[in-house]
This record gives sequence, structure tokens and C-alpha cells, in this order.
Amino acid sequence: MINARTSDKIATFVFCTMALFVTMILLALVGYILYHGLRVVNWHFLTSPPSAFRAGGGVGPQIFNSFLILILTMIFTIPIGLGAGIYLAEFSRETRWTKIIRICTETLASLPSIVIGLFGLLFFVTVLKWGFSIMSGALALTVLNLPVMTRISEDTLRSVKNELREASLALGATQWQTIVHVVLVAAIPGLVTGIILTAGRVFGEAAALLYTAGITTPPLEFSNWNPFNSNSPLYLFRPAETLAVHIWKVNSEGMAPDARQIADGASAVLIIIVLLFNITARWVARWLYKRTTGI
Amino acid sequence: MADQKIINKLGKSFTMLCATFIILTTLSIIIFIASKGLSTFIIDGASIGNFLFTTVWRPDAPKSEGGPFIGALPFIAGSVAVSLLALILITPFSIGVAIFMSEISPGWGRKILQPIIEVFVGIPSVVYGWIGLSVMVPFIRNHIGGLGFSLLAGAIVLAIMIFPTIASVSTDSLQTLSKDIREASLALGATRWQTIRMVLLPAALPGILTGVVLGLARAFGEALAVQMVIGNAVRMPDSLLKPMHTMTSIITMEMSNTVMGTVWNDALWSIALLLMLISFMFIMLIRLIESRRAAR
Repeated sequence: MINARTSDKIATFVFCTMALFVTMILLALVGYILYHGLRVVNWHFLTSPPSAFRAGGGVGPQIFNSFLILILTMIFTIPIGLGAGIYLAEFSRETRWTKIIRICTETLASLPSIVIGLFGLLFFVTVLKWGFSIMSGALALTVLNLPVMTRISEDTLRSVKNELREASLALGATQWQTIVHVVLVAAIPGLVTGIILTAGRVFGEAAALLYTAGITTPPLEFSNWNPFNSNSPLYLFRPAETLAVHIWKVNSEGMAPDARQIADGASAVLIIIVLLFNITARWVARWLYKRTTGI
Repeated sequence: MADQKIINKLGKSFTMLCATFIILTTLSIIIFIASKGLSTFIIDGASIGNFLFTTVWRPDAPKSEGGPFIGALPFIAGSVAVSLLALILITPFSIGVAIFMSEISPGWGRKILQPIIEVFVGIPSVVYGWIGLSVMVPFIRNHIGGLGFSLLAGAIVLAIMIFPTIASVSTDSLQTLSKDIREASLALGATRWQTIRMVLLPAALPGILTGVVLGLARAFGEALAVQMVIGNAVRMPDSLLKPMHTMTSIITMEMSNTVMGTVWNDALWSIALLLMLISFMFIMLIRLIESRRAAR
């Protein structure tokens, strides 16, 4: 029987070690990726297309595809997710109907991303005959992101003080005016932070894209910005392999002799972009908070 | 003023439409996946028992040899094995970190660890897979044994991926406990460790369990990171160091090589359906835990 004070000290020591260990693992992970990746990354790597059988390919089109799909996904997700969040936070009382909405949101959020990708394969790719395309990929990611966006919107709107709503309503504003001009304005810092964080998640997603946006990219003509031309980068019905999917592909079916370097470089680029999303989210939150509260 | 009333109505209708859209999406996913997944049994006439409980996976075997064989048990067992092992490896650790953040050092300790956990969440799963492939797999091959591509490699990668889920949910759960019970316990002369062990952990248990189930669900549904390190061989998971398959990895590998409408392809959709049903089961489990917590 060790005495209580000694075992308390031992426990404290164990917990501190665990915390230290987590910190070291993260530093090791990020350090490893950056150390190996940044030796590969240069302007040529960031801008040139991959080459299938020779060394020296880049990830230019993949980075472009990732951002294009991300932007499209956000264009679809933000209005719908925000709308559903507003409905749940502002209009609905707790009825059976809202209970169903909540159950569906939760169900959607818990689906494995590969299942959502398979739904995309059935519906967007096959039934709607869009093929492996940016559009199919962006819509699959919308399905993936929608429950997250809805929850963030609802939570943020709920955290807005009721006094603000009451003051606005007392001045004769309608409920919608109150929402648009008072509640949403007060909720902006939380909303923007949430949106940027989910963007990071969407940017790194791969499983839902394998069977929707596909694992190839046709040759793109980066001087042709007409979205109706099939060789234009902006043409939405072409296959588009993203950066995350590319990392998977060079490892599983890559023929390039420098697959390892490519994966290292692409991982570093991906991590840096995701970290930037994280940092931006924090920074924007602080900045907006200061601006809106005037402190 | 009348205009404003109309806008108000329109606005409300729009938000309601958005909410309805979520319901429709969820329902159509269920209907699409289910109709595809069930066609193995309805159209191709395979038996559900064979699918769930036999171990031979040769969906292309001709009728003359008694095929097609669609035993999915190796993948089901593989998913269960790799997820549970990941859970066993990481749960004590995650709870330990949660205790550190909420009880030992809620000030600066939490301020440092919170962003660290967020970065863990932010790292994309293919990057975890790539690190597993380039670091973990060779390490296991050189220092522990086997090919490196193994159940163990998959479980370690998954463990790191589900750590932030369990740790952050557990931290929240510990922090929502009222301050009074901490003070009451300390006032009775208990040390901090005794308070944690005998008062706080039991009180926070439902919340911690929720975190564990969420982590398990994430492990079960993860596809690419696992597929990259697990070796992708059809076999029952009988050794920590041998390659195997999970439900997600077999879908990832074979879905694009099979033609829609064939038995092989249908069988893969049945695995997807099973994956979906299991994720529903996890939600119900979480709801059960939450409702019991609310009842207390």
C-alpha cells in the first residue's frame, strides 16, 4: 500500500508525461513531413503537371483542383447549412419535426466519408450522368460538410444573447430583419471561424472524392478560362484529382520512380495549407471579435 | 411594412427548405445505398448468412465451381479487430491527456494542448496514411517482424487519428462537472488523484463513453489511411503482423475494378450497406448513453 500522497504524485507525473508525449508526437509528425517535404517543394513542383513514368513531375493541377472543389463546395454548403442552422436556432420550437431534422443531421455527420463517396458515385456520377467530375466531387463534399456547417451555424446563433433579439423585436423589426441585421451580425466571428475550420477539413478529404471527382486530371490549358470549353481548368464536368487524392494515388498505383518524393512534397504542401486554415481561423476570430465588440 | 412581412415569410420558408433538404439528402443516401446493397441478396440470390459468416471471397468464381463466393467475414472481422485494437491502444492515453487538461493544468497546459489537438484533427487522413506507410511500416518490418503491412500498423495509425476525438470529448465531459464535487472531495481530505479516480471519472463516465464510441465510429469508417498500411490481403485477422483487409479497404481497392451490376460489384455495395448500418448503430449507442446521462 503506497500512501495516498505518493500515489498522487505518481499520478500527476504520469499525466504530465502523457501530455508531454502528445506534444512530442505532434512535433515529430509535423517536423517529419516538413523536413522531408520541403526538400522537394519548389516553384517547379508547385506549378508543373505530374509526369506518369518519369521523375520530376509536379502537383500544379492538383493544387488548382483542390481549391476549385473547395470553393464550389463552400458555395453550396454555406447558404444551405446556414439556412438550416437559422431554422433550428431561430424559428423552430422543439417538435417532432425538428427532432427528425436533428436525427438526420446527426446521421449524415456520422456516415463514413467513403459511404458518401459511394452515394456520389451512384447519384451524381451514374444517375445524373455527370461522370467523374468536379461537380460530382463538390456535391459529395457538400453532403459531407453540410451537417457540420448546420451544427456550427446553430450553435453560434444560439450563443447570441437573447437581449439583442428582444431589443430588435421591440423596435418593431420582423423576425427576419432581426436575424439578418442583428443576430447574424453578432454571430459573424463564430461563423467565419467555423467556416474556415471546415474548409480545412474539406481540403484534405480524399475518400469521398475517389469515386466522384476521380483519380485523373486531363491535360489542362491554363490560358483558356472559358468554363464551357472542355480543356479549360474551370470546366466543371471534367475529372479532377485533388492534392489529397494524389498522395493516395502515387502510393497505390503510381508508376513514377520518384513516388516517394512526390508524396513527401504533396504531404508538406497539404499540411501547410491546412495549418494556414487553422491559423487564419484563430486570427480572424480574434480580429473580428475585437472589431465587433470594440474592446 | 407589408413588404417586410412577405420577406419575413420568404426568409422563414427558405430556412425551412434548407432543413428539409438535409432530411431529403439523408433519406436518399439510405435508399440508394440500401437498394444497391440489397440487390446481392434479392437479384443475385445470395444468402445473407453466407455473406456475414463465411470466409471465402471469390465473387468471380464461376457457377461450375459452386461460386460466386461472397464471404465478407474477413473484412468485417478485420474492421472490428483493427478498430478495437486502436481503441485499446489509445483510450487510456486520451483520458490521461483529458485529465491533464482539465484537472492538472487547466491554465497554460490546456492553452498549449488545445491547439495541438486541433492540429491533430486537421491533419488529413491520407497524410496519416503516408506517414504510416513511410515510417511505421518499415519500422515494424525491421524491428518487430513480418512485412510491415499489418493489423498492427493499421491500428497504430488509427489510434493516432482517433486520439483527438476521445481526448476532446473527455475533456469537455470533465469540465462540465460542477466545481462543488471537486471541492467537497478535497475538503474531505482526498488527494487530487483520489478525487479524480473516485469522484470525477465516475461522474464523467457517460461523457467519456460517448467520446470512446465516437472514436470507434471514426476508426470503423476510416478508409484510405488504413488501406495504405494494412496490406490488403483477404484473410481472417489471425496475427498482428500479417496483412489483411477491412470493409473500407476492400471497397476502396475493388470498387473501380468491377463492373456495375455484376455479383462482385453488388457484394461490394452490400459491404457499404453494412458499413452504413454499423454507423447507425453507433449513433443509437451514443443516443442511449446520452439519454441515460440526461436521466440521472
